[in-house]
Amino acid sequence: MWFITRRLAFYAVAAWVAITVNFAIPRVMPGNAVDAMLAKFPNLDANSLHALQAEFGTHAHGSLVSQYFSYLGDLAHGNLGLSVNQYPANVTTVIAQTLPWTVILVGVATIISFALGTLLGIVCAWRRGGWLDRFLPAFTFLQATPYFFLALIVIELFAVSWGLFPFGQGYSLGTSPGWTWSFISSAAYHSFLPALTIVLTSMAGWMLQMRNVMITTIAEDYVLVAQAKGLSPGRVMFTYAARNAILPNLAGFALSLGFVVAGALVMEIVFSYPGIGLTLYNAVTSDDFPLLQGIFLVISLTVLAACLVADIVYFLADPRTRTRTAY
Amino acid sequence: MSALATPTDPASDGSAQLPAAVVKSRREALRRLPGKAKVGAAILGVFILIAIIGPAIAPYDPSATTPGQALPTAPSTHHLLGTTATGQDVLSQLLAGTRSTVVLGLLTGLIATGLAVVIGTSAGFLGGVPDEGLSLLANVFLVLPALPLLVVILGYLPHSGELPTAIVLSVLGWPWGARVIRAQTLSLRGRDFVAAARECGESTWRIIFFEILPNEIGLIAASFVGTVLYAILTSVALAFLGVADLSSWSYGTMLYWAQNGNAVQLSAWWWYAPPGICVALLGMSLVLLNFGLDELGNPRLRAGATRRIGRRTWRPSDPTPVLRGGDS
Repeated sequence: MWFITRRLAFYAVAAWVAITVNFAIPRVMPGNAVDAMLAKFPNLDANSLHALQAEFGTHAHGSLVSQYFSYLGDLAHGNLGLSVNQYPANVTTVIAQTLPWTVILVGVATIISFALGTLLGIVCAWRRGGWLDRFLPAFTFLQATPYFFLALIVIELFAVSWGLFPFGQGYSLGTSPGWTWSFISSAAYHSFLPALTIVLTSMAGWMLQMRNVMITTIAEDYVLVAQAKGLSPGRVMFTYAARNAILPNLAGFALSLGFVVAGALVMEIVFSYPGIGLTLYNAVTSDDFPLLQGIFLVISLTVLAACLVADIVYFLADPRTRTRTAY
Repeated sequence: MSALATPTDPASDGSAQLPAAVVKSRREALRRLPGKAKVGAAILGVFILIAIIGPAIAPYDPSATTPGQALPTAPSTHHLLGTTATGQDVLSQLLAGTRSTVVLGLLTGLIATGLAVVIGTSAGFLGGVPDEGLSLLANVFLVLPALPLLVVILGYLPHSGELPTAIVLSVLGWPWGARVIRAQTLSLRGRDFVAAARECGESTWRIIFFEILPNEIGLIAASFVGTVLYAILTSVALAFLGVADLSSWSYGTMLYWAQNGNAVQLSAWWWYAPPGICVALLGMSLVLLNFGLDELGNPRLRAGATRRIGRRTWRPSDPTPVLRGGDS
């Protein structure tokens, strides 16, 4: 219980830091939302300027402290302000539109990458020195390749030269979002290449970690005993060796799920995929501070939530953490 | 390197002359370095060499354009790696750009590893309230989404050169190393030689830097290599997004201009492929180096541990081999 209390305290502090950093960003950076609006519509009159200033809360009078507390109050009501780029739209609406794209695509890709990488890692360790194990440096080449570079090559081969898959956008122009078969199949078709690149670049990491932990586990006496009992190799491999070796990978997996929202920035820009990363990038380049703040907050809080879930899962899965005080 | 394989004996610390046997065993240790580490070190060495002499041996000025040119030209004897759409020599850009990428990587590695060592060892050794505070700090930095934050911060730093970028990357990159070093320090703190040093009246800082730190060299080296890899990949990604000084040459800015010039759509592979392959090679050399360091610390991880016994292949996962026949 002490363990959980400590972790909860940590998450409270971390969330507070994230919220405060978020508060600081537009106040430290040059420019503000109203200037950005002015740049977009140069011939606004003085009255609408005042109206905008009131709406975006810039040129606020009170001290920094009172601004901070009114910001906290707005957050508590789920009020993230208005987007400059897509003007009358609420930041919350913009985020709600783009978030599902990212979560579904990157989430599925991360799960595939984890499952495949872990499985290959198990085989690698079990047949150490086999052909798969000797190929390991080739996989690390993929891991060391800059993500967007691999994406560019995949686009060049599959989309430009061979024309097998579309790239850009999340679905075909003829379809409209909804729970129809044509839309879902179109979305899946468009997400194949982005998912492929994510799996290719992230798989090697899972594989390597699984292999290294598994090799240490294989040398344990209980694995030898299981083999001496005459259990089938498959059973020894999965239920005796792999099951005990998977814990570090599992912890990493839970953490990486949190970065699903944050980690796809480059992918979405290269594939111009309509997710939250592309929206964040557009917000940065067009000084859309309210949207920027909102997305940043959502990303930080998702990572924190995933870490919390990871901790709890790990706490339930591995009894040893319940007695260990150091984390 | 040699300090990795020869266990540091606290008693021999500070002796000015090393006996011939120690020198010989160190040379021996260097020769026994895993093959992967040797390959990695060799590739890294080539890149560092290019970083030093690259701008001097570049055949053209990397920014010099050919007036009137609108399309990239394929490799020829004049331009070994072809030209960009404006007629800039790709090979010259590559040779000149290596320096910026390598310097940024090494600089970030140094700053971040320095931070990680100081914070990790202090937290692990001091324990109690300092440990709680520093661990909290590290964990907060760990959960902050690095790439979006970097885009936001560096996007507003005017004309970010190598040093400001390296500092921002370090500030967000130190906690990974610090956590590992802290854990190792925690376990070293209870060893007998630390207790002995404390009994001798050595100061806390002397114990940390002269007793504990030498035993963590392998870990620190691995963390350094990992941080350099992170810095190179992140800085290249940032430059690709246009969040860098686009008037200077690095692998990242080369890729940015290639993407901006529609190199992929024009199928101008000689324009976009060389910088990407260079980053991948540089990254792979670092991963291999880390593999080697891992294997040095944990010999079990080495591949090729299969042995042929008689006509059977023995794998480490198999039971201990027993020869049939029993003539022994």
